[in-house]
Amino acid sequence: MSILVDSDTTFIVQGITGREAVNLTRECLDYGTGAKVVGGVTPGRKGREVHGVPVFDTVAQAVEHHGRPIDGSVVTVPPAFTKDAVFEAIENAIKLIVIVTERIPRRDVAQMVELAGLRGARIIGPNCLGIIVPDVIKMGGIGGPAKDAAKAYSPGPVGVISRSGGMTTEMSSTLTATGLGQSTAVSIGGDAIIGQTYAELMPLFEADEATQAIVIYTEPGGRMEAELARWTTENQSRLPIVAFMAGKFMDEMPGMSFGHAGTIVEGIQDTAAEKIARLAEAGIVVAEEISEIPGLVKQAVSERTPV
Amino acid sequence: MRTDAIFIGIQVDDAVAGDAELAKRLDEACPVDIYDGSEGVVRIRRENVDECVLCRLCLDASPAETVKVIKLYDGDAVLT
Amino acid sequence: MRFFEYEAREIVKRAGIPVTTFGFATTPEEARRAAEEIGGPVVIKSQVLTGGRMKAGGVQFADTPEEAAEKAGPVLELVINGQEPRGVLVDTKAEVEQEYYAGVVWDGIRKQPVILFSDMGGIDIEEVAEQHPDHVGRQHFSNILPLSEFQAKQVVAAVGVTGPALNKLVPIIKRLAQMFVDNDLTLCEINPLGRMADGSFVALDAHMDMENEARARHKALLEELGVGDDETREAREPTAFELAGEAVDNASHRGVAGNVTEFDGNIGLVIGAGGGSLTLFDAVRKYGGKPANYCEIGGNPSVEKACGLAKLVLQKPGVEKIAVMMSIVSNTRVDIVARGVIKACLELDMDPAEKIAIFRIPGAWEDEGFKILKKYGVEYADRSVSMHEAAERAVEKIGGRAA
Repeated sequence: MSILVDSDTTFIVQGITGREAVNLTRECLDYGTGAKVVGGVTPGRKGREVHGVPVFDTVAQAVEHHGRPIDGSVVTVPPAFTKDAVFEAIENAIKLIVIVTERIPRRDVAQMVELAGLRGARIIGPNCLGIIVPDVIKMGGIGGPAKDAAKAYSPGPVGVISRSGGMTTEMSSTLTATGLGQSTAVSIGGDAIIGQTYAELMPLFEADEATQAIVIYTEPGGRMEAELARWTTENQSRLPIVAFMAGKFMDEMPGMSFGHAGTIVEGIQDTAAEKIARLAEAGIVVAEEISEIPGLVKQAVSERTPV
Repeated sequence: MRTDAIFIGIQVDDAVAGDAELAKRLDEACPVDIYDGSEGVVRIRRENVDECVLCRLCLDASPAETVKVIKLYDGDAVLT
Repeated sequence: MRFFEYEAREIVKRAGIPVTTFGFATTPEEARRAAEEIGGPVVIKSQVLTGGRMKAGGVQFADTPEEAAEKAGPVLELVINGQEPRGVLVDTKAEVEQEYYAGVVWDGIRKQPVILFSDMGGIDIEEVAEQHPDHVGRQHFSNILPLSEFQAKQVVAAVGVTGPALNKLVPIIKRLAQMFVDNDLTLCEINPLGRMADGSFVALDAHMDMENEARARHKALLEELGVGDDETREAREPTAFELAGEAVDNASHRGVAGNVTEFDGNIGLVIGAGGGSLTLFDAVRKYGGKPANYCEIGGNPSVEKACGLAKLVLQKPGVEKIAVMMSIVSNTRVDIVARGVIKACLELDMDPAEKIAIFRIPGAWEDEGFKILKKYGVEYADRSVSMHEAAERAVEKIGGRAA
């Protein structure tokens, strides 16, 4: 099984006629059992097709054409138009929205996330590559073209959550090379405010029988790791977690942002050192190098599984 | 005519190089602006040749065997 | 993007929050005139984007306009934490009965702004929160519902403030929260917010950051304040090397060669993408390497852009070799980056096999990329070599000859 999406998930691509969106659509259609991309939206382009996917002017038209509610949307429109596009998706009853767009002001993001919360919808991102269930479906650019994604991702017991899209693939590929597949990998985005944090995705993985362990990629900046540490302690999670922390050098460079918009050391709680301490306190293993992750996962799983 | 950069060489059959229609098609097809069709003949912008992304769109836009993309780093292998 | 205090004050004033009469001066003569207009004892404050002004001597007091001019001179010359002041703020010296703190920041977990209020102003709010948690009120507010007065009232009342002070503070706090939203701020603080002898409240200092991504929608304000488009207002001023990196990135629109940051080591880094760069920079340092720079390539750059970045790094004084490394790529192409970095070496009359310590970029178009690297004798690695192993190999090749 998986979280968030499965082989039946239907979705649209908002901004589908953009260059990157055209590639992304191709990749999703080609991967696994073939994503059900039931439409695309670009205002003024109704009637066109992108790789056989019909293009509409509005989300409402796409829903009407499909004849049933649509599960998700991948939003790839420019930053100034993203909020409107996401509101449109939410108000047309779409429940899972992956925002690929980078550089959206956080006030806009916060508005989208709050509206999604009121409507029972979930936002992944922004500034993310989306979700992949190995060999089944990918929603977003994660892993790249289908044949490249197939090299890195394989089905299995590890849930992956990462603030970096590229590192989602690097870590999954490392797991795959040692025979550890992934149940679902989620690129949650690198901004200061994102739709779903580690702690918000944990209940889904917790409820997913296929998942036996979690691997996370984290960076300096924000309080998301502390929130995860608290969640795992309070809920006595059945899932062992292995974390990798990048950007330790940033502890010496307060006020400067590297890597992603949300990655900046503004206070002591933002530092890599502080986060590693928090995670360790909650029993989360922190790997020094990516290559140690598979061994740590295997060890953690064997310690939790009664013989 | 043939133009070689460091990694990529482009060869256009002289028999078709003067074809204004082809020049226009190549200019429009190439995503990295290797072909200049503005003067009614096929011209190659040498400075852009190494930007070739091996997309084959120029091959699709021209009669068979008239345009060749050569990978100088791969024993002069011709892109097919 | 950080505002200078004199700019922040102006924004506070425009939001309808009472401020003391102040002026901005870049010469002693201007300071004298500003003090004259104020007409009484003044405070002269250095305008720098760093803390510790008071300790450094960047804050002075004067009773007369002449004294203001005299005191402003040295403050205008004083470098604080490596920063030359933009000018001085000449401010009314206010008789304050009590100092309060009011601020708004983002809470990334609740994903809402939170108003912070304290009756212990004048000191760092983090310190108050730690040592006197009952003296800090917190109130989140919605991103989509209109801001309501009761929210301001609750946060003030939370620390025990009542009576006329409460009623006077509520509109100020509400305006502050509205100002935070309207200007796309990521942080705003009035500290101290002073209660005067007559019971009124006045903002005596203001500190604020605007989100870079939102600058475009505040063009009018920034223009009026005189903030130039080219002012990054980062934690430190960009170096010539960093500006050259920006020029490489801006030279062509395809892909990104971003965040070029200067360090003083001997290993040149051509690395990416966001998370990959953070990981690789740490990895080089873990194995004892001294990076000459940081950067992030991504988004499928052109050969020209990869070449431009590599040239910049190769030519940086002290750089012996470059390491070209990324996490597995799916959009950026291995062959295009390989062409770019080799081209850079060739055009600088350098041998790619000697200058490129290692090339570790697995992923999209790697077969083509590896053919190119092989032809030029460059050591390369596929995904079976971890990012840390690649970094270690690069450090080894330079053989601890670090300066």
